[in-house]
Amino acid sequence: MANESQSKISHPGKLGYSFRRNLNERFIEAFLFLSAALSIAIMLAIVAMLAKESVVFFQHVSLWDFLTDTQWTPLFDDAHYGILPLISGTVVSSLIALSVALPLGTIIAIYLSEFAPFTVREFAKPFLELLGGVPTVVYGYFALLFVTPLLQIIFPELPGFNLLSAGLVMGIMIIPYVSSMTEDAMRAVPMNLREGSYAMGATRFQTAIRVVMPAAFSGIAAAYILGISRAVGETMVVAIAAGMQPNLTWNPMEPAATITAYIVQVSLGDLPHGSIGYQTIFAAGLTLLLITLVFNIIGHMLRKRYREIY
Amino acid sequence: MKNVNDIEEIRKIISLHKRWDFIFMIAGVLALMIAVLTFMALFAHMLIDGMPRLNWEFFTSFPSRRAESAGILSAWVGTTLVMLVTAIAAVPLGIGAGVYLEEYAPKNLFTEIIEINVTNLAGVPSIIYGLLALGLFVYQLGFGQSILAAGLALALLILPVVIVATREAIRAIPVSIREGAYALGATKWQTVSDHLLPYSSAGILTGIIIGLARAIGETAPIITIGALTFIAFLPPSPIKQEFPYVSFEWLTAPFTVMPIQMFNWVSRPEEAFQLNAAAAGLVLVVMTLTMNGLAIYLRYRMRKNIKW
Repeated sequence: MANESQSKISHPGKLGYSFRRNLNERFIEAFLFLSAALSIAIMLAIVAMLAKESVVFFQHVSLWDFLTDTQWTPLFDDAHYGILPLISGTVVSSLIALSVALPLGTIIAIYLSEFAPFTVREFAKPFLELLGGVPTVVYGYFALLFVTPLLQIIFPELPGFNLLSAGLVMGIMIIPYVSSMTEDAMRAVPMNLREGSYAMGATRFQTAIRVVMPAAFSGIAAAYILGISRAVGETMVVAIAAGMQPNLTWNPMEPAATITAYIVQVSLGDLPHGSIGYQTIFAAGLTLLLITLVFNIIGHMLRKRYREIY
Repeated sequence: MKNVNDIEEIRKIISLHKRWDFIFMIAGVLALMIAVLTFMALFAHMLIDGMPRLNWEFFTSFPSRRAESAGILSAWVGTTLVMLVTAIAAVPLGIGAGVYLEEYAPKNLFTEIIEINVTNLAGVPSIIYGLLALGLFVYQLGFGQSILAAGLALALLILPVVIVATREAIRAIPVSIREGAYALGATKWQTVSDHLLPYSSAGILTGIIIGLARAIGETAPIITIGALTFIAFLPPSPIKQEFPYVSFEWLTAPFTVMPIQMFNWVSRPEEAFQLNAAAAGLVLVVMTLTMNGLAIYLRYRMRKNIKW
């Protein structure tokens, strides 16, 4: 009531101004709320879409066959639906990538956070960010036409498509991702911990390894885990450089398909909507989503923890 | 136990440890060098292979079965149109969600779920967005393998980037600005639209540019919606001679984009096509690097100029 009379005084002749203004505010707030709630709708839509087609798929193929069959040949006459060959390709390429990205990313992060002079950091950080912005299809091209021929000089029997070169390039690609998150975690460690360590006569290296890294542990672990999830979900590098033939192998020198590469391979063909081949990519996608979701949730929980400590 | 009173002894131990400092410094520089050199090799390799193909005809020709006369006309036009759809969809929704979470959202379980969900969406592999678009946009909603379906798929993909950038930019504005606006009788939306959004525009713009740069290079989701086809024509023009001058036919047209064109050429065995791939890659990398560089520059200038 008071509100209404006030607005009448301040806006003579503008009856209903306050009402319109309130309506306007409500309308805008509703729009803003809907756009925020859309993110939940997207997540639900992803899960629903993958689950819907996967349910049909699992009516044809038992979950047991899916998890234990050692062949993945859904498009052949003699169809087998074992996810294992795709998992092995994904695991091998991710392991190679991580064995490159985690050590190098960590060293770069420690160097930039604890050692590097200001000017080096000012140049290195934007550079790493640019490196992270290069499209993955370009990295795929690089792996197939530059790294593989280079590796073939060392290993002459290496086939043109192989997991090794795809994994190595994927590792380089993930370095900026791991290093920037690791560095953030280390920078969040308060200065007085370092000062205390220096005061005791510790060197920079000792301080970095024994004081800063343990203090930033959960943040660094989060960076690693999110790096893993990135490697598992990476598509184009493996699709281009590792070949797209499902192959149950643990040997990085062989061609093999990952879960993502299989989805690409099927999408390249002309599969009719609703066929079992069409459903397989959703079942593969669901497997991929579950794997990455588990890693992401653990990673974010760890990250939240280190943010809360300081 | 060493004799701690012996200062010489302590100095010796420290200098021994300092050697590790030096060794690690070198390891750090080397690790950085690996990243730098890889990038140099990548760029140089593409430059050598692709540069001779980069001429005017390359930009104005359609893809062709003959590598020498193939070009990227339909690809860059497609990329431009898809990005247009992506930006129109992702920018208002991303900013809206960011503003809501930062300024409007009550502290409750639902808000927390939205926040966790946004970080989760950022970690979903891009190919999953492709599957969503395939099932939802292409078949369920009947958009077909069109510019609209691709643009919306990429919009969903970069939405978390825009949301996070908006939130961070708005969060950096001190509370006193809001209090000043409220004290003068501004409503919540007036405060947001007249003060918070203008002051955070550089930060939001940075996020939008980084998001679009990522969307330009995304290949997997577009392959997944089934857009890898031979496209030797342009979508219908959005501008018409006669009334009403604009047309939206192009939204439902089949298309190709830069990374798809590059992937198509890379996966062919003939070397001549791989030179084309290098040239297309060069254009693509220059485009994304320019956009990312612009974003980094904007952020740098913002940090220098704005002092609350």
